[in-house]
Amino acid sequence: MSHWNCAIAGIGELTPTRRTEGETTLGMIARVCIEAVADAGLEPAAIDGLLVGPQVGETPQHVPATVCEYLGLKPTMSNVVDLGGASGAGMAWRAAAAINAGMCEAVLCVLANSREPTPPRSPNRNPIREFDVPFGASGANAAYAMIAQAHRHHYGTTSEQLAQAVVAQRRNAARHPQAIFRDTPITVDDVLNSPLVAAPLRLLEIVMPCAGGSAFVVTTSQRARTLRHPPVEIAGAGEKVTHRAISGAPDLLSGPLKPAMARAFQQAGVSATDMNLLSLYDCYSIMLAVTVEDAGLCPPGAGGRWLAEHDLSPEGDFPLNTHGGQLAFGQADLAGGMSHIIEAVRQLRHQAHGRQIANARHALVTGNGATMSEATALILRREE
Amino acid sequence: MTHSGNQPMRKPGPQASPLSQPFWEGCRERRLLIQYCPDSEKWVFYPRALDPHSWSTNLQWREASGRGTVASFIVVHKPGHPAFVEDSPYVVALIDLQEGPRMLSNVVECAPDAVRIGMPVQVHWVEQGGEVLPKFRPADPRDNNGE
Repeated sequence: MSHWNCAIAGIGELTPTRRTEGETTLGMIARVCIEAVADAGLEPAAIDGLLVGPQVGETPQHVPATVCEYLGLKPTMSNVVDLGGASGAGMAWRAAAAINAGMCEAVLCVLANSREPTPPRSPNRNPIREFDVPFGASGANAAYAMIAQAHRHHYGTTSEQLAQAVVAQRRNAARHPQAIFRDTPITVDDVLNSPLVAAPLRLLEIVMPCAGGSAFVVTTSQRARTLRHPPVEIAGAGEKVTHRAISGAPDLLSGPLKPAMARAFQQAGVSATDMNLLSLYDCYSIMLAVTVEDAGLCPPGAGGRWLAEHDLSPEGDFPLNTHGGQLAFGQADLAGGMSHIIEAVRQLRHQAHGRQIANARHALVTGNGATMSEATALILRREE
Repeated sequence: MTHSGNQPMRKPGPQASPLSQPFWEGCRERRLLIQYCPDSEKWVFYPRALDPHSWSTNLQWREASGRGTVASFIVVHKPGHPAFVEDSPYVVALIDLQEGPRMLSNVVECAPDAVRIGMPVQVHWVEQGGEVLPKFRPADPRDNNGE
């Protein structure tokens, strides 16, 4: 048995042409993927991994989600490989690594480009630019307000419940020396009286953009044991990407984090109630409610009530975002999502001074992208 | 991104590709043309090179009924694009077309506080910046007024 134990089972190729006429990159990707998957003798539904190049479909961000939505795929691993001319070869071993890690079984690797005689008017020509922006719906606020509205309508979730979660995070942030809102406590009334941005969402339920950064190093557990700090093991992981635009969401009330968390819990052999810390992605207040439901901490629809009824502080029954979450710690663009990992590591090392959760051993970390589209869940564990 | 005098800022219009061109040409003729796949018997929106359900490329353009219901909606008070400030507050909604696909649009001809999830709507053509956009109005005129 080889080191990788993986093989290339299907191929597709478009005839090279000097110019394309009326083609989009997404359309070309569709054509060549049909070929490759048919060549492998697989059904499209068998594809559970996707690797793409950057800027596919003339979209500046969320490239895998854009391709997934276009192709109707819902993979459990997806990624951009941005290695120039080495991207194709770089995809091959990354696909095998993901398969060996148990994250997926069949990875579609695709690169394509159009070459139109006249350059496009705008570099951004993705489906959202064509079908959402002309209706005055730009940015994430519109998408999460749609989710919040649906949650209120179907489940009776209230602004007060979500405001309580915002206030609890702000209270946690007061105990983190680096939190952007550490010195500005707020009340439920402050949240409820903040300006409507996209009703039903109000200003204080929305993350504030800021600058910052995060980084971490992964090595083998064996090596980590020889280093400076108590090792924090990656005990489980799950991923799912389902769509890009909010109109393409399979469900407004539950997201791809649900299967991603289920896989992560299963790999780690634990459940949501075993967690000492919930480090949950909180771009908007409503995201917390949907995530605690999808994690199985409460029944569908009860997330708002659950957040309002539990003590989310480090001493509470369910410590949640002890760094304040992105709503109160700050969302430094993509690094904001990584802040949930950094806090989990501090808690599991027992180095969260002034806000340490007693005997913290397990943390659930969630990441969420686009319009509740891209989901990754991690179970982090302090070694005994 | 400056605008001077009395000229309103131009709203970003749809940037059609040849593949999506029939949809926007249909809009100009006040016809809601949507792709249909006879292999999966499903309608497809937005326009694609393949049916995302079956991966069939055997897509046809068919006229949809223009009827649908509101799946969710928001009232935009602080638009993400400055050209929409003059319209705010305005309603952005997810419309479930009778044929199946969900599309994002505006609900117009209706007080924002009268819009509700599940409300039946009908396509309503609106000219915007030289293009015709498929917006929606309440199907029942009694739904037009807020409280």
